[in-house]
Amino acid sequence: MKRDWPLYAYSTAVFAFLYLPLVVVVMYSFHTESIIAWPLHLGTLKWYGVLAHDRAMLSATWASLELAVMAVAIALLVGVPGAFVLDRVEFPGKEAFRQLVLLPLILPGIITGVALLSYFSFLHLSLSAGYPTIPGWPVVIGHGAALTSVVVTQVFARLQRVDRSLEEASADLYANPWRTFWYVTLPTIRTALLGAALLVFTLSLDEIAVTFFLIGRQNTLPLQIWGVLRRGITPEVNAISTLIFAVSVVVIVLWSRLMEEA
Amino acid sequence: MTDRRRPWVLLGTAIPLVWVAVTLLLPYALLLVQSFWHQGANGRPTHDLTLANYVRLFSTSLYPSTILYSAGVALRVTIASLLLAYPLAYLLAFKVQRHKQLLYMAVIIPLWVSYLVRAYAWKIILGQQGVVNGILMSVGIVHAPVTFFLYSTAAVVIALTHIYTPFTLMPIYAVLESIPPSLREASHDLYGNRWRTFWHVTLPLSLPGVLAGCTFAFVLSMGDFIAPQLLGGNDSALMVSNLVWSLFGVSSDWPLGAAVSVVMLALTLTLLWIANRASPAARKYR
Repeated sequence: MKRDWPLYAYSTAVFAFLYLPLVVVVMYSFHTESIIAWPLHLGTLKWYGVLAHDRAMLSATWASLELAVMAVAIALLVGVPGAFVLDRVEFPGKEAFRQLVLLPLILPGIITGVALLSYFSFLHLSLSAGYPTIPGWPVVIGHGAALTSVVVTQVFARLQRVDRSLEEASADLYANPWRTFWYVTLPTIRTALLGAALLVFTLSLDEIAVTFFLIGRQNTLPLQIWGVLRRGITPEVNAISTLIFAVSVVVIVLWSRLMEEA
Repeated sequence: MTDRRRPWVLLGTAIPLVWVAVTLLLPYALLLVQSFWHQGANGRPTHDLTLANYVRLFSTSLYPSTILYSAGVALRVTIASLLLAYPLAYLLAFKVQRHKQLLYMAVIIPLWVSYLVRAYAWKIILGQQGVVNGILMSVGIVHAPVTFFLYSTAAVVIALTHIYTPFTLMPIYAVLESIPPSLREASHDLYGNRWRTFWHVTLPLSLPGVLAGCTFAFVLSMGDFIAPQLLGGNDSALMVSNLVWSLFGVSSDWPLGAAVSVVMLALTLTLLWIANRASPAARKYR
């Protein structure tokens, strides 16, 4: 321990670097002045009040939540069978499928964004199609397309560790395939499903690159915040950021519990 | 496989395959085709095939120089992220005994916090009336606010390093964790001191994680366009994604925008391919 003090000191500095911006944003959400400048004057909740009455920000939050729920639904609906296919079905072109599914995760988001924009425009699908019932079909499909890969990778990783002899034992005991799936396979991948769903939900809430190109009339929360930021930082943005930060911490604690359980 | 199950297996296979073909394969393919389309005089592309977009891309100095500039920024971000992440990952993997899980979580929490928040926070810190200037002035190191902190390449590199350090750390930590303790103990038993153990055992074994983390940081920071826009300020600090952004936006030249995207895509895939070839073990972390 004693010999390691430079390592400890250095790591502490890295931690400080990682948290400094977050601390600054949270502190400035309680800043009494409306101009964000040094020195900091702590001691007001008024920006949270302003936020609560900002209709554009509230409807953007709502749109983001709707979008995230739909992204999770699509990603699970397509991603879970996708993971099973990778784990258990052999077919020509499987390697190409594996690579293609992963592309949105490893490519810069803007490439997926402009590709989908060109595609929907080629198909003459309006970006506001489906609005106001949903934020718009293109953006919903875009989030689904970009985030399916998250479910596929998480569930596939779990399936690789599933003991197949359990399923065989279930079949030997005359359980039909559905009962085997329900009582044996599903419980073993349950936490992976929940974890992947949480991950997709959070990533969808934070997505900008794809969303920017596909959004119709209704801004999502990050796009709304970005729009405000391009004119300048307001204390209200710090207030919403602080709330986002608080929610993120809750989500990650939940997520890590799920992962530990596995 | 029983006959009763067969239709369900077919359906379960068809859904993801069709989805991926319709929402990913076709859009990426269209982007490639579009990059060979001709930009008509009325601002609308015609479907005649031409190489003109690529000729323009490589004969105008703006595009190659911006791609090089972006690669330079990405390289600096990668090196900085690695220098910050490796020692911390090492500490978490080998030195920390209590609250290890909690500390690891603390490192990746910033990753889950809104990307935008992490980018614009640096504006508050580095701005003319920002935290750094405020402290420098109150301590008396400078008498007038320093203006070059913000709206500079350095600001973009700092923000992107902050954003991608946890990304870099994750695969490095995973690899360090998976090194069997017996290997490091064997090195100690053979009178290898700490540096020799690190240099000859730990570091070589951790290279796949380093490679995976660095590839992540490089590719993602090279393709970033929001941090440069918020913190880069003037046109000279724009990255290649900002060009794509404006070609698909205000400049409205989609075929040229598609060509720039295809070049980015090709660079990214080449890089991933090289990283993959360089280390078969790194494949696990993609």
